[in-house]
Amino acid sequence: MNKVENNRAWFLVLPVLLLVAFSAVIPLMTVVNYSIQDILDPHTRFFVGDEWFREMLRDSQLQSALGRQLIFSFSVLAIQIPLGIAIALCMPTRGIWVAISLVLVALPLLVPWNVVGTIWQLFARGDIGLLGVTLNSIGIEYNYTRGSTAAWFTVLAMDVWHWTSLVVLLCYSGLRAIPDAYYQAARIDGASRIAVFRYIQLPRLAGVLTIAVLLRFMDSFMIYAEPFVLTGGGPGSSTTFLSQHLATMAIAQFDVSRAAAFSLIYFLIILAISWVFYTIITRATKD
Amino acid sequence: MERTKKIGLIVYILFLMIPIYWLINLSLQPNRDIMGSFSLYPQNLTFDNYRRIFTEAGWARGYLNSLIYVLMNTVISITVALPAAYAFSRYKFIGDKHLFFWLLTNRMAPPAVFLLPFFQLYQTVGIFDMHIAVALAHCLFSIPLAVWILEGFMSGVPKEIDETAYIDGYSFPRFFVFIFIPLIRSGIGVAVFFCFMFSWVELLLARTLTSVDARPISVVMTRSISATGVDWGMLAAAGVLTLIPGALVIYFVRNNLARGFALGRV
Repeated sequence: MNKVENNRAWFLVLPVLLLVAFSAVIPLMTVVNYSIQDILDPHTRFFVGDEWFREMLRDSQLQSALGRQLIFSFSVLAIQIPLGIAIALCMPTRGIWVAISLVLVALPLLVPWNVVGTIWQLFARGDIGLLGVTLNSIGIEYNYTRGSTAAWFTVLAMDVWHWTSLVVLLCYSGLRAIPDAYYQAARIDGASRIAVFRYIQLPRLAGVLTIAVLLRFMDSFMIYAEPFVLTGGGPGSSTTFLSQHLATMAIAQFDVSRAAAFSLIYFLIILAISWVFYTIITRATKD
Repeated sequence: MERTKKIGLIVYILFLMIPIYWLINLSLQPNRDIMGSFSLYPQNLTFDNYRRIFTEAGWARGYLNSLIYVLMNTVISITVALPAAYAFSRYKFIGDKHLFFWLLTNRMAPPAVFLLPFFQLYQTVGIFDMHIAVALAHCLFSIPLAVWILEGFMSGVPKEIDETAYIDGYSFPRFFVFIFIPLIRSGIGVAVFFCFMFSWVELLLARTLTSVDARPISVVMTRSISATGVDWGMLAAAGVLTLIPGALVIYFVRNNLARGFALGRV
């Protein structure tokens, strides 16, 4: 749609701007303020410039947490996006089953995040949980509190369980928006299913996929409550992702300045990667 | 082909439902059964956990608190996002693209450190431990999402409709409320679902910005973890109850989701 140039449109955006800025700007400035000072107690603080930033970037624990985080987030995207699209293609398009499958599919999304951790904790326990008991009885040694591989895969399975439906819902709605005429034209041309998917469905899903990829990336990159409840970051530090590392620094060690510097770095990483995704997808759809 | 589709969907739904079944199963057992032995269904069926939630102080209040701030958040987000989304879908203005990406960046702040300044800010303004505090804080991520979704729907409405209405003598507010909003009803339904969902499940901000009067259910739930250990039955029962409001919301907006939408780019 060709848009009209009109700067008075700012008045329509103003309420959003004010409301969001109220909660966004001051906390961000405060965090920047923490990050460049050495705070000994509420009345004694020194300006230290970029010292914390340098220190944090060299911190080996942080680097390994970042590595784990990247592997985790990209595994999440690699599983959830294709799986979500596939399930969306399987969803019914008319009849009573539409409502039933929508409600069932959306259910995991509506579970508070600490409850998600609790569900999986109970579900995966080797002695009383269905998953743990089943795996152990078919001869797979499984104990997510001891084995770091088991813990990692349990967190991943939990995230797939929790969030794939977001991709499903968005893609389902995107698919439903494709006019029937497109499919009729494809049928006349004798297009294969794969061709229909590649040249009709996938391009029309670009918009919803942008938001799905971005949301899944941001949220998985900041995952906190679920693994915190499930594994507490362990065993060892195998499931300590970035925000848990950050929370330990900020809350347990009460090292506000270092943690502030770290969160700004963290924020910039998310920002940079999201920007790359956003640009790639919007570029790809322009062609 | 249709068969494979059906089987795929059924397998996926089973994968989603089994952990939830496990939660319901545990919520219907007394604690000694939960910890004592493994069983696929409740051996001694009991509704005690639920009865205690409905009678003991704090639980019902927790649900109510969560619902209040979630509803406030949804109403605020949709109200301000509607005109903004209209502006993004119809006009070009200085800084529009930057503004849109900036809105989105607010989802990207890692909470652990930001919680402290949030707490200080809301206390200074004097709304700490009020429902509106959590509602406003959740606007940070619900407004950008609402704007994005609504913008997608609005771009699908032909511009000729606006122009015709203006020629017919409608003022902008009258046109917007009486003609335009009914046209994008399903968009509003979808946006409501997403605002509701993200606000209902969010935990850290809600916990930080409340203490007694507005304490959300997710915080009340942590009470069942006491010195004597975790009260798993209660926790499971409370978890089951947290599923209900969301399930109702998705049921009400099912037709809007099923009608379909393709989000545009800003």
